[in-house]
Amino acid sequence: MKVALFIPCYIDQFYPQVGIATLELLEKLGCEVVFPLNQTCCGQPMANSGFEHLNKDCDNNFVENFKGYDYIVSPSGSCTLHIKDHLHGSDETASKHIRKNIYELSEFLIDVLKVKNLTAKFPYKVGLHQSCHGQRGLKIAQMSELVAPPFSKAEQLLGMVAGISLIQLDRKDECCGFGGTFCVTEEAVSVKMGKDRVADHTRNDAEVITGSDVSCLMHMEGILRRQGSKIKVKHIAEILNSVVS
Amino acid sequence: MNNIKIDHSAAATEFNKDEARVNWHDETLWFVRSKRDKAVFQIPEWEQLREAGSQIKNHVLSNLHDYLTEFEKKATENGITVHWAADGKEHNEIIYSIIKNEGVNRMVKSKSMLTEECHLNEFLKEKGVEVIDSDLGERIVQMREEPPSHIVLPAIHLKKSDVGDTFHEHLGTEKGATDPQYLTEAARQHLRDTFLTRKVALTGVNFAIAETGGFVVCTNEGNADMGAHLADVHIAAMGFEKIIPKAEHLGVFLRLLARSATGQPITTFSSHFHKPRAGQKMHIVIVDNGRTTQLGRADFRNSLKCIRCAACFNTCPVYRRSGGHSYHTAIAGPIGSILAPNLDMAKNADLPFASTLCGSCSNVCPVKIDIHDQLYKWRQVLVKDGHVSSVKSIGIKSMASVLNSPKFYRTAGKLGRFLMKTAPFMVNNNMNVWYNQREMPEVPKESFRDWYLRKRN
Amino acid sequence: MSSREKILSAIKTNQPDYQKLDVQFKFETVYDDLFNKFSEILSFVGGKAIEVKNFDEIKADIQSHYSGVTRIATTIAEFSDLADFSLNIADPHDLETLNLAIIEGDFAVAENGAIWVSEKHIPHRVLPMITQYLVIVVKKSEIVTNMHRAYERVKVDDTGFGTFISGPSKTADIEQSLVIGAHGARGLTVYVLG
Ligand code: SF4
Repeated sequence: MKVALFIPCYIDQFYPQVGIATLELLEKLGCEVVFPLNQTCCGQPMANSGFEHLNKDCDNNFVENFKGYDYIVSPSGSCTLHIKDHLHGSDETASKHIRKNIYELSEFLIDVLKVKNLTAKFPYKVGLHQSCHGQRGLKIAQMSELVAPPFSKAEQLLGMVAGISLIQLDRKDECCGFGGTFCVTEEAVSVKMGKDRVADHTRNDAEVITGSDVSCLMHMEGILRRQGSKIKVKHIAEILNSVVS
Repeated sequence: MNNIKIDHSAAATEFNKDEARVNWHDETLWFVRSKRDKAVFQIPEWEQLREAGSQIKNHVLSNLHDYLTEFEKKATENGITVHWAADGKEHNEIIYSIIKNEGVNRMVKSKSMLTEECHLNEFLKEKGVEVIDSDLGERIVQMREEPPSHIVLPAIHLKKSDVGDTFHEHLGTEKGATDPQYLTEAARQHLRDTFLTRKVALTGVNFAIAETGGFVVCTNEGNADMGAHLADVHIAAMGFEKIIPKAEHLGVFLRLLARSATGQPITTFSSHFHKPRAGQKMHIVIVDNGRTTQLGRADFRNSLKCIRCAACFNTCPVYRRSGGHSYHTAIAGPIGSILAPNLDMAKNADLPFASTLCGSCSNVCPVKIDIHDQLYKWRQVLVKDGHVSSVKSIGIKSMASVLNSPKFYRTAGKLGRFLMKTAPFMVNNNMNVWYNQREMPEVPKESFRDWYLRKRN
Repeated sequence: MSSREKILSAIKTNQPDYQKLDVQFKFETVYDDLFNKFSEILSFVGGKAIEVKNFDEIKADIQSHYSGVTRIATTIAEFSDLADFSLNIADPHDLETLNLAIIEGDFAVAENGAIWVSEKHIPHRVLPMITQYLVIVVKKSEIVTNMHRAYERVKVDDTGFGTFISGPSKTADIEQSLVIGAHGARGLTVYVLG
């Protein structure tokens, strides 16, 4: 199975270890993974700011890089959702194929690879941050607002990790307040939301906060580090790829 | 309200200066969201009920012309006088002329967000007509000369000590008294007197039934009923989107409304008015005020499905931490942010950006309005129409030009340089905004791409 | 062009293509015991349901509960001897001093503790709100499960006014603290006659 890896710009620049973990994990699970070298961005930063119309070249570049693969996988729910909903390159057939076959990592592992067990070990108390775009957009976990049976693909995967203990949060799917440009245009509310999210994890004894969106994690990490907190932030790929020692 | 341009972000910054109060505001509203959850989880068919509510409203929007004329005909046959108002001004004038006709200069009014939208109170005040709002929350904010901060809980931004101070000043309650029971009792006495002495009462309309020419008003306090049944003249003001086809559809909406709003199984009073009582006069004012324009915007028209339950407010993590007044519009919260730009794009251009697009609003909405998708779409419209500051536009444009070109991205991007300068979270080339209260991510030795080239190529 | 014509013609131009209404909008609710559900929900919304066999039981209960209370009015012939306040008045403002109103409800709804009260049974619309305390009598056989059944049961324009009453008047406008007795009745007792 040939999988193209989409590594959003934040991950490429600031969190290469997340890209590495994703790639290694997919390889461990038997995928042939390719990283198209001319990729840049999904276009979300512009579009969410109201500048979707500037994304023509960005979209075309994305299509150029990712056409012709069986699947495209990304360790970011938010960027995946953006491509799914908004990618419209000049080549509509290729765009459509990409929109249909792009997956966020945890949904790819559960829905396509049908992973039932992993060899990872991570003996820590972990709080899972359900990022909104993955959850409410891609529906990789049930949303607390809906009267429907609960499920969570990320929790399912974390459940396969030896030694891990998942903590329960008071508000299980509240937004962290990153929100793209929102984090600077609405600094006060963004920071307050981040602090409140972090406080929920702290109150419930998390040692590590994980999730499937690096942008949310970066935001919460920024706040944790400013507070001098001991809580660490790790992308779910890093936990799922953690080696059994 | 005033014409000074207020910006959501600036107002929210002000609101966040008192963190303890923000915590209290957030938790109080989260409590309401939790009550909603408890109530809706008792209805196994809840999601189907939302779908029904949504489809009925879609159907209504597609047949509004006929339903409104049917309603008008039936209501007139029922002995109700029907008026049409193209905008807020005409709405206000119609109401004023009815009051003047009665030869009175006072009116009691139950909750009507429409009259807030049309600024009726200010208008009548200028004409020398005194209006008393009878909903407790509205009465409180009215005494304080503030607008409501929430469409269902108008005084939710206030603590009981604030209310105690206000009542001490206006109703002569004991200084320092803050017991809600005591304060409510004082308001009860004060407003009972009002109900008994006003000849004209105005109410809002929750639902208007085309088939029967009647309308339904829902309250918990009974204030709409007290006002309307004691007055010689009852005026009901409604936006034209309040129409529903048949009485049987109320089964859906009354099941949805209160559970979504406060977690109650139904409001205490759901009053169905069809004819004036003997000797009484009844008027309905049907208002457009921008609604036909919104109806013509394919991307935004379904905002007109709103039944004003405020569930989207209570669940909104931004609303809970910025307060209703930061939205500087009669209807705050997520729904307000998609309604307000229709009324005045320049003045309300900030509102669709006051969201992380987390999507919780769309999930709680009992009529399934795609609120967060419309926020996204309004952003595109506002930018195209030039309502976004030029600083922001330059930042985004330079970011786009980098991200559009892989070559440019790579040179710009070495070791975080590009992101440091132009990433979305530093869009004004102003790192400080992120850094004020958050650490920057540490810059790693090599990017993923460099690692990949070294290890896998 | 009048505003009416202007609005209606703009609506005609701007409304979307006709969309049929073919969604399911009535649902079944099943409860083991309708009275128990009704009673549970009514107490959740601040009221009280009492199951009785006959009018004498109601009368005895009212007498013990409201002993010493004056200014009582009723629309139910069986209780006329409890009443000292005539409803045969022209001006509803005269109800201002009423302490207790005993009225008949058409039917009740189990899912939300509401009772349909209409002009069929009340001579003054304001009666159930202006009274300090409210008693409603409803037949046990007249409890329906949910609001869909309720709207099958009532033709809303049979009378000029009708209302669903669910519990006593209340407010939580001061810091979300629930206070019973906002503007309407301070207490609601429902006698369910079985
Ligand atoms: S948009 Fe939906 S959730 Fe918000 S007030 Fe309207 S009906 Fe309620």
